[in-house]
Amino acid sequence: MDLQSLQVAQESFWRIFSAGVTKTIPLTVISFIGAMILAVSCALVQYANVWGLKQFVRFYIWIFRGTPLLVQLCTLYFGFPNLGIVIDAWTSAVIVFALNCGAYCAETMRSALESVPLGQLEAGYCVGMSWFQIMYRIVLPQAFRTAFPPLFNTLISLVKDTSLASSITVPEMMTQGMRVTGRTYEFMAIYLEVGLIYLLFSTVLTKLQTWGEKKLKTYENK
Amino acid sequence: MMLEVKNITKSFGSLEVLRGVDFSVNQGDVVAILGPSGSGKTTLLRCMNYLETADSGTMVFDGVSYDLSHTSKRDIGIIRKKTGFVFQNYNLFRNKNVLNNVTEGLIIARKIPKAEAHETAVKALEKVGLGDRLDYYPYQLSGGQQQRVAIARAIATNPEIIYFDEPTSALDPELTGEVLSVMRNLARDGMTMVVVTHEIGFAREVSNRVVFMDGGVVAEEAPSHEFFEHPKEERTRQFLRIISGN
Ligand SMILES: Nc1ncnc2c1ncn2[C@@H]1O[C@H](COP(=O)(O)OP(=O)(O)OP(=O)(O)O)[C@@H](O)[C@H]1O
Ligand SMILES: [Mg+2]
Repeated sequence: MDLQSLQVAQESFWRIFSAGVTKTIPLTVISFIGAMILAVSCALVQYANVWGLKQFVRFYIWIFRGTPLLVQLCTLYFGFPNLGIVIDAWTSAVIVFALNCGAYCAETMRSALESVPLGQLEAGYCVGMSWFQIMYRIVLPQAFRTAFPPLFNTLISLVKDTSLASSITVPEMMTQGMRVTGRTYEFMAIYLEVGLIYLLFSTVLTKLQTWGEKKLKTYENK
Repeated sequence: MMLEVKNITKSFGSLEVLRGVDFSVNQGDVVAILGPSGSGKTTLLRCMNYLETADSGTMVFDGVSYDLSHTSKRDIGIIRKKTGFVFQNYNLFRNKNVLNNVTEGLIIARKIPKAEAHETAVKALEKVGLGDRLDYYPYQLSGGQQQRVAIARAIATNPEIIYFDEPTSALDPELTGEVLSVMRNLARDGMTMVVVTHEIGFAREVSNRVVFMDGGVVAEEAPSHEFFEHPKEERTRQFLRIISGN
């Protein structure tokens, strides 16, 4: 790498970084919100043992944990048009990331729910609370506490996995990087640069995780 | 007669745990349920509060008769709001502080305004001697204190009857005293209580009737003094010999 490589990297920095801010981050945040809604619903369905729905949820988790993310992206974006269903790249990416991440988070949430002692559910019934009230106010908050570190790990993975959206033309950071290398052939400089920006995002998230874990300690037995 | 259960049966798989249990409670009674381990005491209490569904049996509560195996969700809700339950291992809400453990059932389940619930809860906590621990979390309390919070949680809802399932069995011996003394005060105030216990001294002193269970049935039932002074059944005599250690 010489001075010219550095110059290319410098010139392309804003283009790539702003793709990170305007594409990678929103893609991650929106997908993760979707994933959490899915995860909590799926975990509750399994926890409450709702017949039929539970089997459906197991099937969904099986599919999305058992196949590669890249294959899922390509199937929805390139494959579905063969069935007459056309979804734009951005929306496809959000759907797939939410579904994929949701499958992993659902398992995390399920085991976290199961780790909350059943006696508290019974105590809730005995003071007259309903199942939903107990879940919402007693069991889920504790499950979130337990699930917080693994959920955050999944979130950090998701930030990096959004780079796969480049394969279905979403103009996020990796796509921008590839475009610059296509023009300048400065592979080393540009991919290092892209990697460093991802590293920056992950580092910020890791700090957030540490801070969040401290905040959640209030009722912990340690 | 405030509460009367008739012919409760309950099996877990092929294990018949309750084989036709009858007993009744009058207003102001303190009924001690004694019996060897596995005789079905816990299961009986749990069936009466629908934490388990009995296979058959009826319960008359406040003059209304319920089929224990087919009670509607609505009726279960009504009955639970009139009863309190104290568990062997406290089962406090671990994400709530002492005060909110008690207010939860008032504000959320009974829709009592916050300020009023707060006042009721503080009164209940003062009664069990924990008026100065309102913002502690369960993990910051000893077992005895946790159990007293659980009792405050039960009495705050002003129940007609409280079920206790071995409330002191999980406690170190030096902590049982504080819980028993809270229960003694409740009894003195006229609270109707059904207490499963291995504390013979407590049963003898506080309860006015004893139900002795063995093998899923009531083997003997008598006023306390009679039960302890002149047990009729051989099984009862044997149990009392073992438990008093001679
Ligand atoms: N949920 C369950 N599933 C299967 N078996 C159970 C269940 N609950 C209780 N049992 C069994 O039922 C029998 C009676 O249990 P129960 O807890 O009512 O006895 P207990 O009189 O309260 O005993 P202890 O004095 O030890 O508390 C025991 O053999 C127990 O193993
Ligand atoms: Mg028991």
